[in-house]
Amino acid sequence: MSPATALSWFARHELRLAWREWFAMMTGGRRRRARAAVIGLLFFAALLHVPAWAVIGRFADLQLPLDKSSLIVISATILLAWTLMLSQAIESVTRVFYARADLDLIMSSPARLANLFSVRIAAIALSVTAMALLFSTPFIDVLVIGGGLRWLGAFGVVVAMGLSAAAVAIAVTILLFRLIGPARTRFVAQILAAIIGAGFVIALQVAAIISYGTLSRFTILTSGTLAAHAPDVDSIWWWPARATMGDSEALLLLLALGLVLLGCVMAIFSGRFADTAIDAAAYGTSNRKRAKERPFRGGSRRQALRRKEIILLWRDPWLISQTLMQLLYLVPPALLLWRSFGDSSVALTLITPVIVMAAGQLAGGLAWLTISGEDAPDLVATAPLTPSSVTRAKIEVVLIAIAVIFSPLVAALVFASPFQASITAAVLIVGAASATAIQLWFRVQARRSQFRRRQTSSRLATFAEAFSSIGWAATAALLLTLPTAGIVSGLITAGLLAMTWKFSPRRE
Amino acid sequence: MVATDAKPDGVAVMKPESSALELRGLTKRFDRLAVDSLDLTIHAGEFYALVGPNGAGKTTTLRMVAGLLRPDDGAVSIFGIDALADPVAAKQVMAWVSDEPMIYDKLTPLEYLEFVAGLWGIAPSASKPVAEELLSSLGLAPHRHERCEGFSKGMRQKVALAGALVHDPRLIILDEPLTGLDAVSARHVKGLLGDRVRAGCTVIMTTHILEVAERMADRIGVIAAGRLVAEGTLTELRQQNGHADTSLEDLFIALVTLQDAA
Ligand SMILES: Nc1ncnc2c1ncn2[C@@H]1O[C@H](COP(=O)(O)OP(=O)(O)OP(=O)(O)O)[C@@H](O)[C@H]1O
Ligand SMILES: [Mg+2]
Repeated sequence: MSPATALSWFARHELRLAWREWFAMMTGGRRRRARAAVIGLLFFAALLHVPAWAVIGRFADLQLPLDKSSLIVISATILLAWTLMLSQAIESVTRVFYARADLDLIMSSPARLANLFSVRIAAIALSVTAMALLFSTPFIDVLVIGGGLRWLGAFGVVVAMGLSAAAVAIAVTILLFRLIGPARTRFVAQILAAIIGAGFVIALQVAAIISYGTLSRFTILTSGTLAAHAPDVDSIWWWPARATMGDSEALLLLLALGLVLLGCVMAIFSGRFADTAIDAAAYGTSNRKRAKERPFRGGSRRQALRRKEIILLWRDPWLISQTLMQLLYLVPPALLLWRSFGDSSVALTLITPVIVMAAGQLAGGLAWLTISGEDAPDLVATAPLTPSSVTRAKIEVVLIAIAVIFSPLVAALVFASPFQASITAAVLIVGAASATAIQLWFRVQARRSQFRRRQTSSRLATFAEAFSSIGWAATAALLLTLPTAGIVSGLITAGLLAMTWKFSPRRE
Repeated sequence: MVATDAKPDGVAVMKPESSALELRGLTKRFDRLAVDSLDLTIHAGEFYALVGPNGAGKTTTLRMVAGLLRPDDGAVSIFGIDALADPVAAKQVMAWVSDEPMIYDKLTPLEYLEFVAGLWGIAPSASKPVAEELLSSLGLAPHRHERCEGFSKGMRQKVALAGALVHDPRLIILDEPLTGLDAVSARHVKGLLGDRVRAGCTVIMTTHILEVAERMADRIGVIAAGRLVAEGTLTELRQQNGHADTSLEDLFIALVTLQDAA
């Protein structure tokens, strides 16, 4: 094979892998469902146009030139989308590094590694861009329909953003590798991706709360103070915003910039990609943590099981990054709580659904880790315990963890409003229990390291979990404001749960 | 030839009265019949080797004994305990080591053994010295405080094996315990199992290394297509097939091809 054919062959291989992975994610690994998945996806895309219309429909007839505050809002939106892409790109880059099986094969092949990794970098950029296009299409559609063809430029901006986000992600990850080593990079990259994904929204909210005491993210952006500090209307900083609105000169420049950035990253890093990958593959043999000498602990069999689950959760990097993220989401409402401390503000109510939602999500993840993510199923199954006491011990651990994390928050709420605190606690318990129950009904034995892919094993469980935590959060909020509506919402959520149970593979 | 490993053929290990394991009409069907109304009796204090071609149903049989799979039909009795009716009591006296070592990446070997001992309800004061001793006899003592995530396959296998021995079971069931082990570790494992048998423990293991079966086992069972096609000491197997001094390998191949032809 000539180098050129080898490269195009590898590119096709990469694309096929990416497509299969995506496809498997969409169909839950079942080929037969392909048609249903495509129809479902189209339907979902069509459905997305509705919220898209609601959110940005009214901006469709914005025209150039714009005043500063509109420029700020558009640029901030673009920046937000870009950070989300960046976080997704960091995720895919680390995934490529740590997917060991494939790397062994590639690196033992006689092909030129720098070339192969250039292709791989391009493939990452392509998949990030494709994903971004997929999600932005409904929004851009709405703008094009409402405001004319000039909004098509926005697609170009999305492409430029995808390319540059991938380039930055690769550079950041490889630099992290060099600086802190492969073992910690994986962990740091996970947290970084999570925080970048959430951080920007949260930062805006915090800023808005501090300055005005409301929770709208536009408040700070449209305020006069910010406009006074912002650069001139002609400044290059506004080019992304102008390109979105159909300024072709700005658009071309952005696309060129994105391509140049990606090209530079390929040129600089594709050679280093191989070393980095080798280091990542070696990860695990170095940097071992040592435990201290201590006597064995006694107790009942269930206690032994609980202790093991707690140790494993404690040592789980996912849990730490997830908890951090959930707590991050709690920052704005907590701030609100602190600001409106004393006066009974309506805004205070807001903290309840956020807490309930966070608890539900966390409980779902924890329950998966303890119930499905058992790495030695044979050992536990051959131990002299009944299966039900094993399950009970695992559920206890989930609920204990949730209690430890959330009781300080609820306790703080008691000082502000005992009534609200009690509603929050009650719905929180119900929500966490529901999420745990769903994981229990849909449990499938899996390795703990497959956590990231747990959603693919059951679409229904994933949706049910999301609906349940949203439903309980809404119930909590409504119970505080409109008790009757709250009861109705609670009944609906309970009904949905019952339906989920009916369709679950393990009814007990 | 290693003298300590070698076991003279046909030595009657004081023919025990009670049976450690009795399978009656054990049947399991997946897409096809995997285990076909299997009858098997293993005496207490015996080292029993189960051999057979790939897909013969060895693992399936042992998983049913260990309580990991529910048989479609048949009875399993372990030291007189009906394992299907009272699985917890049966599990208390046995240990299972699967062919794929399953341990926890984030636990150290010592923590793993602590957990296993806790599951079997062993007093911590008794289990800690046993655990330390097992780890050092398997050559894992220098790694006993390291997390298992960086361990090789053989090291994992050894940790899993130590887990099976730490609660002092009366019946040990092992599915291909020697794959992935180096010569020294394999020797250690064989030595450990031999010691257990001498101490009165019953061991059942499957293996593809016929030499091991030949040298260590008191009795050998040959299973093919879910049925027991031959059973006995090596001499008995030879006599049954009319070959005076063939190796077990030749016998095995003869038996299995005979079964295939049938
Ligand atoms: N979970 C399962 N689902 C479907 N079929 C199975 C399952 N487990 C085993 N089988 C089938 O049962 C038969 C016996 O398999 P088993 O694993 O018991 O063989 P084995 O004797 O242990 O083979 P090996 O020597 O390769 O380990 C095979 O035909 C296998 O395909
Ligand atoms: Mg097997």
